[in-house]
Amino acid sequence: MSGAILSQLLLGLINGSFYALLSLGLALIFGLMKIVNFAHGVLYALGAFAAWLLLDKAGLGYGWALVLAPLAVGGLSAVIEITLIRRLRHLDPLYGLLLTFGLAILIQELLRMKYGNSGQPYPVPGFLRGADDLGFMFLPRYRAWVITVSVVVCTAVWLIIEKTRLGSTVRAAAENPRLLEAFGVAVPRLMTATYAFGGALAAFAGVLAAPIYRVSPLMGSDLIIVVFAVVAVGGMGSIGGSILTGFALGIAEGFTKVFYPQASTTVIFVIMALVLLVRPRGLFGRAA
Amino acid sequence: MIRRIAVLGLIGAVALACNKRESEGDKSGGEAAKGSGKSTPAPEGATPSAGAAAIRIGVLTDLSGLYSDLAGEGSVEAAKMAVEEVGGKIGGRPIEVVSADHRNKPDVGSAVARRWLENEGVDVIVDVPTSSVALAVNEIVRNQNKVFIASGPAAADLTGKACSPNTVHWTYDTWALANGTGREVVRSGGKTWFFITADYAFGQALERDVTAVVVENGGKVLGSVRHPLNNTDFSSFLMQAQASKADVIGMANAGGDTVNAIKQASEFGLGKGGQKLAGLLVFLSDVHALGLDVAGGLMLTSSFYWDRDDATRAWSKKFGERREGRMPTMVQAGVYAGVRHYLKAVAEVGDEKDGAKVVAAMKRIPTDDPLFGKGTIDPNGRKRHPMYLYQVKTPAESKGPWDYYKLVREIPADQAFQDPAKSGCPLVTGPSGK
Repeated sequence: MSGAILSQLLLGLINGSFYALLSLGLALIFGLMKIVNFAHGVLYALGAFAAWLLLDKAGLGYGWALVLAPLAVGGLSAVIEITLIRRLRHLDPLYGLLLTFGLAILIQELLRMKYGNSGQPYPVPGFLRGADDLGFMFLPRYRAWVITVSVVVCTAVWLIIEKTRLGSTVRAAAENPRLLEAFGVAVPRLMTATYAFGGALAAFAGVLAAPIYRVSPLMGSDLIIVVFAVVAVGGMGSIGGSILTGFALGIAEGFTKVFYPQASTTVIFVIMALVLLVRPRGLFGRAA
Repeated sequence: MIRRIAVLGLIGAVALACNKRESEGDKSGGEAAKGSGKSTPAPEGATPSAGAAAIRIGVLTDLSGLYSDLAGEGSVEAAKMAVEEVGGKIGGRPIEVVSADHRNKPDVGSAVARRWLENEGVDVIVDVPTSSVALAVNEIVRNQNKVFIASGPAAADLTGKACSPNTVHWTYDTWALANGTGREVVRSGGKTWFFITADYAFGQALERDVTAVVVENGGKVLGSVRHPLNNTDFSSFLMQAQASKADVIGMANAGGDTVNAIKQASEFGLGKGGQKLAGLLVFLSDVHALGLDVAGGLMLTSSFYWDRDDATRAWSKKFGERREGRMPTMVQAGVYAGVRHYLKAVAEVGDEKDGAKVVAAMKRIPTDDPLFGKGTIDPNGRKRHPMYLYQVKTPAESKGPWDYYKLVREIPADQAFQDPAKSGCPLVTGPSGK
């Protein structure tokens, strides 16, 4: 039995990796720009599609996709920020939400019209194929890779935000953009960069997901709702909080699948409701 | 401020949860309303108010979710092809095709069905994948005395205890799947089973019917796990299946769920540990999404495969030209053949308004179409034709795009479906029957 629990813990961590990577980007964007980025899920799907297109049309494999897909989607995000989101900065945050919601549906539908819903196959890269017997479970190498990579990436981003000069500039822009501008920092450019970086992170998660899940237009909207719950539980705008909550909720979901599988899609929202009742600003959120 | 945005975000997230399909659904519903003009082959098919003269076919299907590739717009196209073949009219009256998205939700499907039958002059509802939606529509159609031609749904209950004098279940059902793939797997040595089941009417019906076959052949079911419809991550269910040490892991799910489950099973090396995977319902579109690397070797039961003979190839080629080269699934083929047979019956009866009368004529006239060949319809509404046990080709065996199946054997029509006398259908046993 302890073996079964250990294996569910590990499986939960794998799902948590995706939650963490996505909610990290969301929290970054929200912290700095006060925009609830509903397009995040579709940027994740675009990352997976970019990986598939690179393989299918250009013959470029997984390694290339890990680099090129985030770059491409990051570029697209920058364009979206400059041409659309920037115009809404001085309006009620609701407008940003509506805009990104619309963008999400638009891009998702375009993908669906072109490729259908069932998804495209993406093979597990050769050097990560196979699985290792851990005694209590059979762990596919690719899943081990997903955990490792996302822990490394999440930690790196957290360190950059908390410990470097660039990070403190970003945090300052989140606190008081006007003052920072007075010091001569180009805040609009910083915002574009942040949005692009958040998009690139989402695309990176998309590439990681491609060999596991279907590369399908709906893959983003299936996940984004959970990710929003993660961000709400962790505390809107808290970087470290969203990473930890991502992994923790992944594990909670994993355990539910053992004890009461029918509820596995609901459990995260139950936790969210409880947390918001007790601590409305989230586990790691600071008071406004 | 932050709290307000947090609350807004949450409301939005919930909206998205329900809405990512709803927004599309509303759109398709809207299209359905105005679709009458666009989709009518006959030029005089003017407005819905002229519906008194027109025969209206409503394709109610999943246009945006996990079943949209196996049914969806392909089903709408298939219905249009059947209508075009008879020249778009019967006895001078135009035939119209409308469509809507039921989003795999019984409440949404029921609302559309009611609106169509009560207000918009629809005479026949076709397709309706997702058994829970189909069972709801089945009752509405019966009460309105219209016609329901089920192609997408699988639950054998449609011709069992829920059977209706207004319904024809065309393409396949859970009993046929259980007696195709299920029986074959037990026969080849799979004695103990563990199910991964989609938690709604279809999954439960399929698990029930396969369990019956397994037990009847001396096998044993060790357990099952039920997952929510449209699940993404199957790893934890697969772990439980693996831990059960069953010979066979039966996937009692469909469409996107089956694709994800099989893909992840291959990743966890489930096939290699001596356990066998049985996809109890696998469609051509699923195999396409899985790729032959992963799907190669899978056994499956189907009533239609595009590359079976010259007639199916010719029709599928026409279908593919309208669908960016995608080949039809058995559900889409069933929509075409069902509509075709319906129109034949309407032409003979001359009155499409009395649904039970049309269905009685459909049962009386032998079926004959290029895709399913000659067949009959049982008194409980079960369309009877051969089923085929196929094995998915390996990448080496496949010679081109969409060359996916090789025939293992044909299950003759008289064995492919349940004996109507044993179906529990009151139409057969009489209302006083068991």
